[in-house]
Amino acid sequence: METMTSAGKVDSSFLKEVEKRSGEKLSLCYQCLKCTAGCPTAPYMDFRPNNIVRMIQMGMRKEVMESSAIWFCVYCQTCGTRCPNEIHIGILMDTLREMAMEEGFHAKEKNIHLFHEAFIHSVGRGGRAHEVTMLMEYMLKSRDLMADSLFPGVILFLKGKFPLLPSLVHGKEEIKKIFERCTKEK
Amino acid sequence: MKKLGVFICHCGVNIAGTVDVKSVAEKIGKTEDVAHSTDYIYMCSEPGQQIIREAIREKGLDGVVVACCSPNMHENTFRKAVKSQGMNPYLCEIANIREQCSWVHQKEKGEATRKAEEIIHATLEKVRKNESLEAIAVAVNRRVLVVGGGIAGITASLDLADGGYEVILLEREPALGGHMAQLSKTFPDLDPAFGGLLSKASEVEKHPKIQLHCYSELEDVKGFVGNFDLVIRQKATSVNGAKCTGCGLCIENCPVEYVSEFERGMGIRKAIDMPYPGSVPNKAVINRQHCRYFLDGSCHRCEEVCPEKAIDYDQEEERISEKVGAVVVATGYELYPKEQLGEYGYGEIPDVIDGLAFERMLAPNGPTKGKIVRPSDGKVPKEMVFIQCVASRDPDRYMPYCSRICCMYTAKHATIYKEQVPDGQPYIFYMDIRSDCKGYEEFLQKTIEEKGLLYLRGRVSRVFQDNGKVRVLGVDTLTGKMVEVAADMVVLATAIVPSPGVKELAAKLRATVDRHGFLTEAHIKLYPVESSTKGIYLAGCGQSPKDISDTVSQASATASKIQALLSTDKLLQDPLIAFVDEGICSGCGICVEICPYEAREMDSHRGISIVHSALCQGCGACIASCPNFACELRNSASNQILKMVDTFVT
Repeated sequence: METMTSAGKVDSSFLKEVEKRSGEKLSLCYQCLKCTAGCPTAPYMDFRPNNIVRMIQMGMRKEVMESSAIWFCVYCQTCGTRCPNEIHIGILMDTLREMAMEEGFHAKEKNIHLFHEAFIHSVGRGGRAHEVTMLMEYMLKSRDLMADSLFPGVILFLKGKFPLLPSLVHGKEEIKKIFERCTKEK
Repeated sequence: MKKLGVFICHCGVNIAGTVDVKSVAEKIGKTEDVAHSTDYIYMCSEPGQQIIREAIREKGLDGVVVACCSPNMHENTFRKAVKSQGMNPYLCEIANIREQCSWVHQKEKGEATRKAEEIIHATLEKVRKNESLEAIAVAVNRRVLVVGGGIAGITASLDLADGGYEVILLEREPALGGHMAQLSKTFPDLDPAFGGLLSKASEVEKHPKIQLHCYSELEDVKGFVGNFDLVIRQKATSVNGAKCTGCGLCIENCPVEYVSEFERGMGIRKAIDMPYPGSVPNKAVINRQHCRYFLDGSCHRCEEVCPEKAIDYDQEEERISEKVGAVVVATGYELYPKEQLGEYGYGEIPDVIDGLAFERMLAPNGPTKGKIVRPSDGKVPKEMVFIQCVASRDPDRYMPYCSRICCMYTAKHATIYKEQVPDGQPYIFYMDIRSDCKGYEEFLQKTIEEKGLLYLRGRVSRVFQDNGKVRVLGVDTLTGKMVEVAADMVVLATAIVPSPGVKELAAKLRATVDRHGFLTEAHIKLYPVESSTKGIYLAGCGQSPKDISDTVSQASATASKIQALLSTDKLLQDPLIAFVDEGICSGCGICVEICPYEAREMDSHRGISIVHSALCQGCGACIASCPNFACELRNSASNQILKMVDTFVT
C-alpha cells in the first residue's frame, strides 16, 4: 500500500486550488456517498465521485488528474442536485478536466478527449448538441467507424430520437460569442 | 373465605405470545375462593383497569391478583385502581408473569403456561393472608446535600436555593468550578467558559440559602429519603477563611513550588496557593504535604507576610454533622489515567498531551497564557495531530463507551489552533464524528469549511519520537492510504472516567455504580436523574459522560425533582416493614446490630426490641437474623412465604 507522508506532504494546496477554480466547497464533504449512489456512470469509473472528492482533500493531484472518472462524468447533475452540502460534482469534474488538459494529463481511455471535443464542437455549431453530426465528427476523427455508440444510435434513430437535422437555437450569435470568449481566455 | 379476583394481562404479545392466557384464566377460575378470573390485552390501560374496578364492585372482591409485568412497572397503577373501589391497596398483589416467565421462556410455551399458573397460585396464597395496611407518614427534612462543586453541583445548588430550599454544597477541592474551571472556550459558540462559571460560583458563595463547604468530603451517611444524617469532614486549610482576603501576598512569598495538577502538570504551584487565580472562594490553602512548616518546621514565610494574620498552622480538620432530606451526587469525571494507557506515547513523549492539558494551554490564565507551544521546547507546532477515541470505544482493552464530548472539543481545539497558527496544519484522526446536540453539526461543518481541518478516518497505529518530531502512523480509510504525519505535537482525546472515590461515596449512600464506576440511574429513560436509592439524585459526568449543556440540564432536573419531593412536610412510606411479636421477642438485640437503617432499638423497659416505623425500609435483615422468629415483615410473613413456596414445590 502506498504511504502518504506529511511534513507538508498531505498537500492542501490542491484542495484549495480546485475549490477556488470550481467554486465548490469540497472540504464540506462528509462522504455520505449520495453522489455516487445516484451517478449513472459511477459503475464504469475507476474512482467513484465521492472518492475523487476525498482524493482532492488528501492532495492526491496526480491520481485525480490521471483518473478516467473525471472523463466519464456526463454532467447529468444528479449528484449536485442531491448533495446535502451543495457540492456540484458535475462542475467539479468539468474543472478537473480543464486542469488535466492544461497540465498535460491524458485519460487512459483512447479517444475520450475526441469525444468530448466532438460534443463541444456540436454545441458550438448549433447551440445545442446534435447527435448525428457529433457522432460523425467523432467517428471520422477517431477513425473508429464502428464505434460502440453505433448500434444504440441506430435504435435511437429508428425511434426518431436522432433527428437528421439539428434543432437550432435562437441567439446563435451569442453562442458564438461565448465560444469565442472562452477560447480567447484560454 | 375471601373472594379473590385474578386479572391476567396479555401485554400485547409479550405475555400472550408465550403463555396461553385463556387457559390459565380458565384454570385459575376453578379455584375455590377465586370469584373472578379473566384476561385482557392490556390490563394497565384504562379499559383494563375498568375491568378490575367493575369486578370489585359487582363481585364484592376482597383481594386482587394482577398477573402482568414487574411490580416495578404497574403495582402502583393497580393499587390505585382497587383503592378507588374502597379496597385496601395492600390487598392487591402483582404476579410477575412477564419478566419472570414469558420473556425468559419464549421457546417453552407449554412449560411457560404451567409456570404462569403456579406464579399466580403462589401470589393468591400471599393475598389470602395479606392485611389491610395504611401508608406511614414520615416527617421530612427539607434541606439538600449537593456533593461536588463543578458546574453540575453549582447549578443544582442554585436552582434549589432559589426555590427556597437550604443547600449544603460539598466540594473536595479548595475551590468551586470543577473541570469547567480548566476549560478555555466551550463549543459550539467558542464562548469563554471561565467568566460564566465564576459568576455562577460567586452567586453560590453569596447565596444566603447555600452553606458552602470546600476542601470537604462526605464521611458518613445514615438514614433514608427525607431524613439523611451526614457527617462532613472539613479538611484543615491552615488558613483562617474568615480573615483571609485573598490578597495573594503569602503565595508570592512562598518558597515551595511543585507541579500543578490543575495545570495538568504543565505549570507549578506554591505550597500555599489557590486552585486557580480568582478562585471561588478566593482564599489561600496550605498543602501540608508540600509546606515546609509541616515537613520540618523550617519556614514561616506566609505567617510572616500575611497582613491579616490569617495563617493558622494549628487548624484541625473538623467533623460537622448535618441533616438533609435529599442528596444530589455531582461528582464529575477524570480523564483516563495516563499510567494505564500504554499507547500513543502518552506520559513518555513530552509533546503528547491530553485534551485537558491542551485546554490549560489555550486558557488565557493557563501556564502558557493561552499560547500554543510544544511542551518540550516551547516552539510553535506547525503540524498538529489530534487523536479521538483514545481509550474510548475500545471494549477489549479500555472503555467500551463513547465519551461523548471528544468529537466536539477536538473540533474546537483544532479551530482555535488554526486561528492562532494560520500556517499550521491540523490533522484529526477519528472513527466517527458524533455531533448530536444543538448547533454542534453546524459548528463542525463551519470549522471544517473555514479552517481547513483535515479529518482522517481511522485509528492511529503508532506514535513515536523521531528526530524532534512525533511521528504518527495511521490510515485514511476513505482513500485506503497509509498516512504518516511528522507532527510537532499530539493531543489525545482520552476517555472520560468517573472521578476517583465515587465507588466509596456510592457505597456510603447505598447508591449503585456500573462496572465502569458511573453511578446508575433508576431507569435509563424514565428515571434518568434518580439513583436506585430513594432520595439520591444524579447530575453530571458522575452518571455518564456528557457536555456542559447536558450537565446543566440534568442538574436542573435533579433540583426540580427534589423540590417536588420536598414540597410536603410528610412523606408517605410503604407500610411493608418489620414488626415484632412482643410475646416471643427475648430481647437478645441481634436485630439491633444487624439493622442497616438503625430502625431497631432495645426497649430496655420492656426488655424487647422495637421497630422505628419511620426508619425501617423493610429489607428483612432482622427477620432473617432473629433466632426466635419473633419478627416478621408485614404482608410477607413467614406463613405467607412458606405457603407460596409450597405452591411451587408440590
